[in-house]
Order: sequence, then structure tokens, then C-alpha cells
Amino acid sequence: MAVVGRAALVLALLTTLFGIGASLYGARRGRREWVEVGRRSVYALVAILTVGIAILEVAFISNDFAYNTVANNSSLTTPLVYRAAAMWGSQEGSLLLWVWLLSIWSSLAVFLTRNRLKEVVPYAVAVLLGFGTFFTSLLVFFATPFGQTSPAPQNGVGLDPLLRNPAMIIHPPMLYSGYTFFAIPFAFAVGALITRRVDAEWIQVARRFALASWLFLGVGVLLGARWAYYEIGWGGYWGWDPVENAALMPWLISTAFLHSIMIQEKRGMLKIWNASLVLGASTLAIFGTFLVRSGVLQSIHAFGASTLGVPFVLLIATMVAGSIYLVVSRRDVLRSEHQLDSLFSREAAFMLNNIVLVGLCFVIFWGTVFPLISQAFTGTTASVGPPWFDRYTVPLALVLVLLSGIGPVIPWRRATLANARRNFALPVAASVAMLIAAYTVVPISSSVPTVILFCAVAFVFASVGQEFWRGWRVRRAMSGDSPPLALISMVRRNQRRYGGYIVHLGIATLFLGVAASATFQHTHYVNLDRGQSDTVGGFTFTNEGPTAAIVDDPSGTGALLTLGAVVRVSRDGRRVTTLRPTAEYFADASGAEGPVGSLIGGDAVSELALDSTWRRDISAAINAVPLQASLQGEINYANKLVTPKLLAQQPTLPYILLAIVARNYLRHPPPAPLKLASSPLVMWLWLGALIVLFGGLIAIWPPPGAVRRRVRARYLARVAQDLGRA
Amino acid sequence: MNSSRKRHVRLVVSLTLAVALASGLVYTSFSAADPALTPTQLLARAQPGVTYQLTGTVVAGSVRHRADGVLDFSLSDRAGGGRSVPVSYTGAVPDPFRVGRELIVTVNKSGNSFVAQPNSMITKCPSKYVAAPNPKST
Amino acid sequence: MTEVLGVLVIAALLAFVVWFVGSPLRHPTTTVERESDAQRALEAAKDAKYAEIRDTELDYRTGKLSEEDFRAIDRQLRAEAVEILRALDELR
Repeated sequence: MAVVGRAALVLALLTTLFGIGASLYGARRGRREWVEVGRRSVYALVAILTVGIAILEVAFISNDFAYNTVANNSSLTTPLVYRAAAMWGSQEGSLLLWVWLLSIWSSLAVFLTRNRLKEVVPYAVAVLLGFGTFFTSLLVFFATPFGQTSPAPQNGVGLDPLLRNPAMIIHPPMLYSGYTFFAIPFAFAVGALITRRVDAEWIQVARRFALASWLFLGVGVLLGARWAYYEIGWGGYWGWDPVENAALMPWLISTAFLHSIMIQEKRGMLKIWNASLVLGASTLAIFGTFLVRSGVLQSIHAFGASTLGVPFVLLIATMVAGSIYLVVSRRDVLRSEHQLDSLFSREAAFMLNNIVLVGLCFVIFWGTVFPLISQAFTGTTASVGPPWFDRYTVPLALVLVLLSGIGPVIPWRRATLANARRNFALPVAASVAMLIAAYTVVPISSSVPTVILFCAVAFVFASVGQEFWRGWRVRRAMSGDSPPLALISMVRRNQRRYGGYIVHLGIATLFLGVAASATFQHTHYVNLDRGQSDTVGGFTFTNEGPTAAIVDDPSGTGALLTLGAVVRVSRDGRRVTTLRPTAEYFADASGAEGPVGSLIGGDAVSELALDSTWRRDISAAINAVPLQASLQGEINYANKLVTPKLLAQQPTLPYILLAIVARNYLRHPPPAPLKLASSPLVMWLWLGALIVLFGGLIAIWPPPGAVRRRVRARYLARVAQDLGRA
Repeated sequence: MNSSRKRHVRLVVSLTLAVALASGLVYTSFSAADPALTPTQLLARAQPGVTYQLTGTVVAGSVRHRADGVLDFSLSDRAGGGRSVPVSYTGAVPDPFRVGRELIVTVNKSGNSFVAQPNSMITKCPSKYVAAPNPKST
Repeated sequence: MTEVLGVLVIAALLAFVVWFVGSPLRHPTTTVERESDAQRALEAAKDAKYAEIRDTELDYRTGKLSEEDFRAIDRQLRAEAVEILRALDELR
């Protein structure tokens, strides 16, 4: 069946090449049927790649260790759901997932534009299939998922325990969907520039695809942040890791595009800028893929050094060169129709928003590739850490949040003093009120950036609230609807506007959580004996005693031994919660740690115990590696007890001895190495993310009128066709 | 000033501002960065008082958890061979820490060995391209 | 046995792809274009213009445009919409 998989990949490669030729031929010669052939190639690609991915998934689920990738990433003891997810835990498997998702989203785009942009679509299809060619070539020539070894090993290495987390099931597919979706605006921008059709129709299509990719990528990044928050060694929800940054950069540029495209729509300005943003965002998405897979930079996520670096560099260089050529050679179509009327206008605010976003992207880009730059210029690789990133991104983020409050209430073209008073009075009052609160009631005055952010958030909430209130009142006056109905119909009639406002609310909420939790968190690393306590951020953590479970696998990850502690948290003498952090230990297949030691000599994973409320997160985690080290004496003793003769008589002897070690841990526990933390307002971060998602969905949802119109148009077409035939 | 001139002025001003800020950024990044060295490089050029980012692989047999909570270990080059660097580390040990794994730690030179800054260890997801140990049946 | 099955699957996949992708060449549909490209572009421009007119009115009613600014812009936009409708009629 591996042969079928390999053949499927070759067939996919050939289909993409054929489709590119058919599309371009059909476009140049005006032959509709060849353009249709090109479109069908995209659909066929989905079918072919689904066959390939199905074969690989079946191999994983059925533990077919003849496949190298199954043997390297899964094992008999890896739970079923993680066996299925292990398919994308490797370079080659994740590439297959990537190109499969690329084909699916490309098909969706091709389907949605089957009756529109007829001049542009053939070129867009050719570009999409071009990406398909690139990635299937990687799979066919560089990193095949279907390599096999004979004779097949009896067991695999197992999925890295750090990845045995529900997030592994959704974060990569969501993130890859975001990344691959960026190919679509790129393809349509290239097609539009080639055919010089940069008009209202293109704007409509480009904006929707850009919004969809923005939404997917944003969700993917936030899922990653949430996963990182739960994994101890990853230091919280954001660490300015190169891979995290790589996904953020295209998202920032995409955000800029979603704003400045409105200016192009209304006033025919910024056409060159917008084209560059679209092309740039997608190039950054591919660049991000390159960073993760090439091993060029040190990262927690690294797939390791690989041979894929060079092909990616070539692809990126082609995209950059092609984009520059297209924009320069088509600059006559991209000329601005109007100019900026005033620096105090929504246009100006959007431009400033764009500058800030591009600036943020530049800072992050520079910091991320700095090791490569310093290597090139000074011969030594040097890297900048989170403090450097924070220093430059925090002020920019503050400006951004403030702008997200100014944008909704500032008029187009020209703001006068009169309407400024009307529109800004409430938001300014809200931020002043917050300022006063910050120095009296809310304990944040020790950090000036946090105070500024809180005031900016108050500004945003007030301005968006004001917009909703006024719009709702207008709607009620104009339609006489009941209050709730008026609200719904108001949003339905202006989904982009109000969806966008909700996204702003979400962003402000998110930053509220980020500012509070980053500035005012307390973390202690302590060793606590049974009965000992430590106070962190006003909370008292007490180690009440050990826990142990063997072969019980309480979290469904396949761990053999789970050790933990019961930590009671109280404040001012009253019990707040009880936390049960655990450390899970996995077997080491190589046997290097001795018969008993190997049962837990593989990877260790510590499971965070978290108590979340709207006011704060309290957490406790066990430092798995030092805890295991404290058991080493007993393990060494147990190892010596297992002689080959005894083992032959009683094969389960190591397990029995391990159980005794666990029992001794319960009776005489060593001091528990704990990481204790309290962090305010973290839940607001996740709430903000959900609000952003909600607003994005509202903005992208098809508006009510469109469906009816399309249906009626189809009937008209049928009538015309019938008449034509008769 | 007519509007076309105004536009040009605005463009020039904003571009100048952008270049100035970017230069400031670039300049500070060089002084804010810690050199990232392999063990061989570190042994060759480390100076006391300078902070380095050391990247290497944990050497077998070098790991000692001391009673006072300090973790001693040695790092060698990823490619193998070369000399190894002894490091004394305090603080949280990330879960993937293991003999043969690659990690990054921020260190300062202290006498002949190196002291790590607390909680500065970062481990990487184990490379999938290391030859998998021959799995015996379990 | 699995080899034979494998070959069959590959053959079936290949046959399907060739049949599916090549189908437009075998049955060239006389697609009655109910709308030419130019028409479609104008329709999109019309939609965008209408949306802008509604948007501007909402901006005025929620206080982001003064009355005189609104009247001027509204007049301008409606004139542009009329132009688009006229161009559409000429195409029909």
C-alpha cells in the first residue's frame, strides 16, 4: 500500500503540472474548456491526496511499523487518538497534511469563484497549482512519508509525550489551514495584476479570502498560545519563539490589509500598498513555513536540520521577485484616484494603523532573523531575547489598541472640531475615569504601560459601545423594530462594520489579559516538604502530600508511572482551591537505564494543575526531571535486584519493583520540586480571543441579500439557456 | 503648498522617520544580543563577565543532581566530538531534559566552569532525524 | 495479494483522474454567458457603490458626518451610481 501512496504523490505532482499548463493555455487562447480542465485539476488533487493521507493514517492507526514515519513517531503504547495525530508530528507527515489542506482550500476558492472573475481565475488556479507542485515535489523527492524498512520493527519510538495533548489534535490542522489559506489571496492578486483587473470585483473576492486566512491563522496562533500556556517548559503563552513569530507576522500584515482595503474601496487610494500587502503577507506565510522546517533557527518547535531549506529559499525568492515585477509593471492600473484630505480622518487613522502593524512586523522579523544577520555580519550567531522584543512591541501595541478605539468613531475624509467633540467625549471620559481608577481602586499604578493600556482599553470599550448604541437607536427609529430585533437587523445589515467593531473589543480584551498577567504575575520555584508552605502573590501554597499511580494512566497519554502532589492553596487562612499537579514518566525502549529504570527512563511530562477564575489563574506544576532524580537511588537499587535468572522466572518483576518504589514515594516523599504561580486576568486573554473569533465570523458570514440574488440569477440563466436551445 | 507638494513632503518625512527608527532598532539589537555559541566555540573565546547562549547536547554520564538543588551537566557539540563544557544550573528543568538532547542555556564564565542564569534553560523538541534507537520489543 | 490490490487502486485512481479532469474536453458545454466579464465587473461596482451610500448614511445618522458633509458626499456617490447604471444599461 505504500506503493499506492507513493504513486498517489507522483500522480498529484503530475496533475498539478498538467493543470498549470491547461489553465495557462486556456487563458492565452481563450479556450474555456481548457480553463475548466485546470479547475478540475484542483478538485482532482483533493481526491488524490485524500487517498494518500488515508493510507498513511490507516498505517498509523493500525501500528504498521514497516513505515519509517510510523516507527519514528508512534508506538504500541501510544493512545489511539494520538496515533492518528502523530501523522503530523513529523516533517514528512506534516508536509502531507499541509498540501492536503492546500488542495482543499484551493478547491473551495475555485468553487466559490466558478462564476466570477473569469479572466483572473485561470491565472489564480495556475498559481495555486504551482504551490501544489512545489509541496508535492518536496514530498516526492525530499521527504517521502511512505518510506519503509524491511523487516519491520516490532515497535515504534512513540509520540513525544510533550505532544500527547488534545491541542496536538487541533492546533496543527488549524494553523496549517491558516498558512495554506494565504495562498489564495496571493494567487488572486497575481492573477488580477497579470490581467490588470484590479477593480471592485477583485476587492470583494480578495477581502473575503484575506479575512478567512486571517481568521484561520489567528485561531491557529491562539490555540498554540493556549497549548504553550499549559506546557511547563514553554514559559507561558508567548515566548517570542521564532516559530511563534513566523505565524504572527503574516497575520499582522493581513490585519493591515483588511483595514487599508477599505480605503481603496471608498476612495481608490493605496492600490500599490494593498497589492504589496497581499503579496507580502503570503510570502511571509511561506517564509514562516521555511523557518519551521529548515532548522535554520534555534527553536523549541524545531523539526531539526533538514534538506528543505534550499527549495524554500528558491520559492520565497521567486515569490518576492515575481511580486515586485508585477507591482512595478502594473503600476499604471494601481494609480491612486484620490488623495488624503486631512490628517484627522479615518483614512489617516487607518494609514497610521497600517504603519504600526508593518512596524510591529518589522520589529518581530528583525528579532527573529537576527541570528542569521549577526552571523552574516559579525561571524558570531547572536540572538535577542524576549526583553528586546517586549521593549519595542509594547509601545507599538499600545498605539494599536488606542487606534482600534479611535477608528470606529472618527469620520471619513475630515474630522471637524464639532464632530470630534460629539464622538470622542464619551471615550475620553471613559479613559480618564480608568486613569483615576488606576491610581485609586485598581492596583496597577506600579506599571505605567499597564495603566496606559487599561485607559486605551476603556477608550475602545466606550467608543465601540457608543457605536452600537447609536446604530441601534437609528435602526429602531428607521424600522420601528423591537429592541432585540433592531440589534440583530442592524448587525445583519452591516456585518462587516459591526463584526469589525466586535473584533476590536476582542483585541482590547485580549490585551487587557496580556498586560495584567504579564506585568503582575508571580512565579516561585521551590522545594516543599510535606506540610511546608510558600506564599506566592498573596496565596499560600501548602504541600499536603504525595500521589502516585502506576499503569493507571490517568490522563490517557500512555504513561507508566505518574507521581504527583496535593497542593492546598489558601488566602488569608481560607481555602481557595486544591491543586493536583502530576509528573508522568514514560518508558525508554532502549533499556539503557536498567530493567527498572527503563520503565520510566524515557521522556517525562509534567501536567499543570490550574485553577482559573476571572480574577486570576493559580497554578502548580511539578518539576518532573529533578523529582525523578530524587528517586534515582531507589531505582539503582531495584535495578541490581533484577538478575537474568529471576527475570526469566518472573517477567513482570521490574513492574513489581517499580510499584514498590512508588509505594515508598507515597510513604516517604522527597521534597516536591514545584513551580508555583499566580497570574491575574489570564482568562480575559482567552475571552478576548473568543470575541475576536465571534466578530470575525460575523464579518465573513454571507450577508442576507446575496443568497437570494444568486438563486434568482441562476434561474434567469436557466431560462436563457432553455431559450437558447429551443 | 499645493496638495501634491504636501504629499511629497509627508512621504519624505514619514520615510525619514521610518528609516531613523529602523536604524535605532538595528543598532540596539546588536548590543542587546547575546552571542550564541557551541561548546567548542565557547571554550575557545569565552570571557568572564559576558553572557553567552550556549547550545549543545547533554553528555552521557555528566548529569548530577546535587543535594542543594543545583544540576550539574556537560554539553558537547551537536556534531559530536570536541570538548565538553561543564555547566552548573539552578531552577526549573524543562521536561525534555535528557542525555543526548539538545538544549540552550544562558551562561556566564566562572573560573573554569560555567554558571547558568536561573531558569534560563530551553530544550528543543527532540529531533526526528536522530537515528532512532533500535527498539527492543516491550 | 496486496500488490495486486495496490495496482488496482492506482489504476482506478488514474482512470478516475483522467476521466474527471478531461471531461470538459469531451463535452464542451455551450455555456450561455448570461453576464460578460465587463457586466460582472460593473455589477460588483454597483454593489459596492450602493453599500457605500448606505454606509455613509449610517455614518451621518450616528454622528460621524456633519449634515453638509453628508449631503455633499451623498450627492457625489449617487451621481457615481447613476453612471454605473448607465454603463450597465449600455451593455445590455
